[in-house]
Amino acid sequence: MSIDLKTIKHISKLSRISVDEKKAEKLAGDLNSIFDFIEKLNELKTENVEPLTSVAETTLKLRSDEVKSKNLRDQVIKNSPKENEDYFVVPKVIE
Amino acid sequence: MSEITKQSLSQLVENIKSKKLSSSEVTKAFVERSEKSKELNTYITEDYANALNKAKKFDEKPNLDLKLPGIPMAVKDLFCTKDLRTTAGSKILNNFVPTYESTVTQNIWNEGAILMGKLNCDEFAMGSSNETSFFGNVQNPIDKNLVPGGSSGGSSSAVAAQLTPITIGTDTGGSIRQPASFTGTVGLKPTYGSCSRYGIVAFASSLDQAGPMAQNVKDCALLHEVISTYDEKDSTSIDFKRNEYSKELTKDIKGKKIGIPKEYRVDGMPKEIEDLWKKGIEYAKDCGAKIIDISLPHTNYALPTYYIVAPAEASSNLARYDGVKYGFRAEGENLIDMYEKTRSEGFGAEVQRRIMIGTYVLSSGYYDAYYLKAQKVRKLIKNDFDDAYKKVDAILTPSTPSSAFKIGEKTNDPVSMYLNDIFTVPVNLAGLPGISIPAGHDAKGYPLGLQIIGKAFDEQNILNIAYAMEEKINFKNNITDWWVK
Repeated sequence: MSIDLKTIKHISKLSRISVDEKKAEKLAGDLNSIFDFIEKLNELKTENVEPLTSVAETTLKLRSDEVKSKNLRDQVIKNSPKENEDYFVVPKVIE
Repeated sequence: MSEITKQSLSQLVENIKSKKLSSSEVTKAFVERSEKSKELNTYITEDYANALNKAKKFDEKPNLDLKLPGIPMAVKDLFCTKDLRTTAGSKILNNFVPTYESTVTQNIWNEGAILMGKLNCDEFAMGSSNETSFFGNVQNPIDKNLVPGGSSGGSSSAVAAQLTPITIGTDTGGSIRQPASFTGTVGLKPTYGSCSRYGIVAFASSLDQAGPMAQNVKDCALLHEVISTYDEKDSTSIDFKRNEYSKELTKDIKGKKIGIPKEYRVDGMPKEIEDLWKKGIEYAKDCGAKIIDISLPHTNYALPTYYIVAPAEASSNLARYDGVKYGFRAEGENLIDMYEKTRSEGFGAEVQRRIMIGTYVLSSGYYDAYYLKAQKVRKLIKNDFDDAYKKVDAILTPSTPSSAFKIGEKTNDPVSMYLNDIFTVPVNLAGLPGISIPAGHDAKGYPLGLQIIGKAFDEQNILNIAYAMEEKINFKNNITDWWVK
């Protein structure tokens, strides 16, 4: 398998991480060596194996639907990189 | 009485309880030693003034019934600490000050311990050498320019150098046990669901577990007893009956059946690791344990499985860092541009690499071939352990395939770096507890560790085996204080 620059550009878009040419080439090299290593899994036949989604063999506990944390607005806003009173501020989205 | 910072956690607790030492004296001693040890670069954020104040307050009205009365402690910078900066070793969280406390650290403060500061780690816990941290490399106190392991490298270095009596780390693929092995210290990765993940910066949620890192097994058991609690704030926290691990600790392991998995004899394993393992088997026999050969046939597939599952989960977990709600933001021409620049400038190379792998294996057309395949192999790996535990009570292996390496030695080859975790990763995939104890030195005098893997929720048993073997091994760390100014 080989991951080409076009694929790297596609993944970078999906990941919302910008990459320039130089970084894309480095990433393609790294990812190819990592996927070569991952390909080993194809040696195994797994048609009849159930996928493991959680190691914890318990069912989720039910709880009553109560609000336990209240009035957290200040705390939630506190670490925002740009704030304006009670809102998160982002670059203009609608023209 | 020996020098304060040379005492173990258990000795310090004893001395504070019997009023031979005050919390202020102990805290001052560790703060002073930490200040003289800047060259190790173990701390990302120091909180010494607050620590000394808290110690003074503790001494004014000491509650000596607590398990960690007035004990100072620095913790890995992956645990959210209320009002103290928490970075996860990343530029993207460089200015993040949590407004809440992680459950694990809250449990520690509830027992009387005092926060001294936050310890360096690989960025978002992704690394095996602490070299991916935005805040620079950490030195291993064993030797200059030697990595302390990772991702809990600041934690292992700080415990080995006696800058903190004990600490906590997190372990997703070996991040407690491998650094413990590299620094001649003890590290326990508990069963998945034993310690709450609430307030721990997430890496791979189906694998992450917090655990103690200590100078000896008894200290490790004591801290584990404090941090392992059921927590309704973590939906994967498991409500099982927890032992009083330190009280129930015993060296009597007569008749315990310990398995030796033949697949852990990997190609190219250095002879000194093989010899260490053989020595470990003899120690276990001396303690009265019964040695049984076992097979874990899918061991070789654990690392490739891990390098699908962990990046996949990381890519979703790290989607939250978008420059909007908290953390670093880069300016952009529009919203998308802002996201892309923020993440490109805010994350380091290894984190970006793993997000890309994760995004790829989850993307349309590749999900079945990679992610689903990995989940199926993960099942086979867990089945191996389930079968083995029909015959044995615990499993003994080396902790790592080598001793600590030099800073920069493996940074250009991600796969060789990943191979470090070959013996630890299967344990995370199966959700089991594992402990690394120091067991010997290599030809260079660097420490080597042995790992004891237990059944799920059977921490007491592996702590007991570790406790019994520790006495026989009688390991001594060769630390010369070369960095102290």
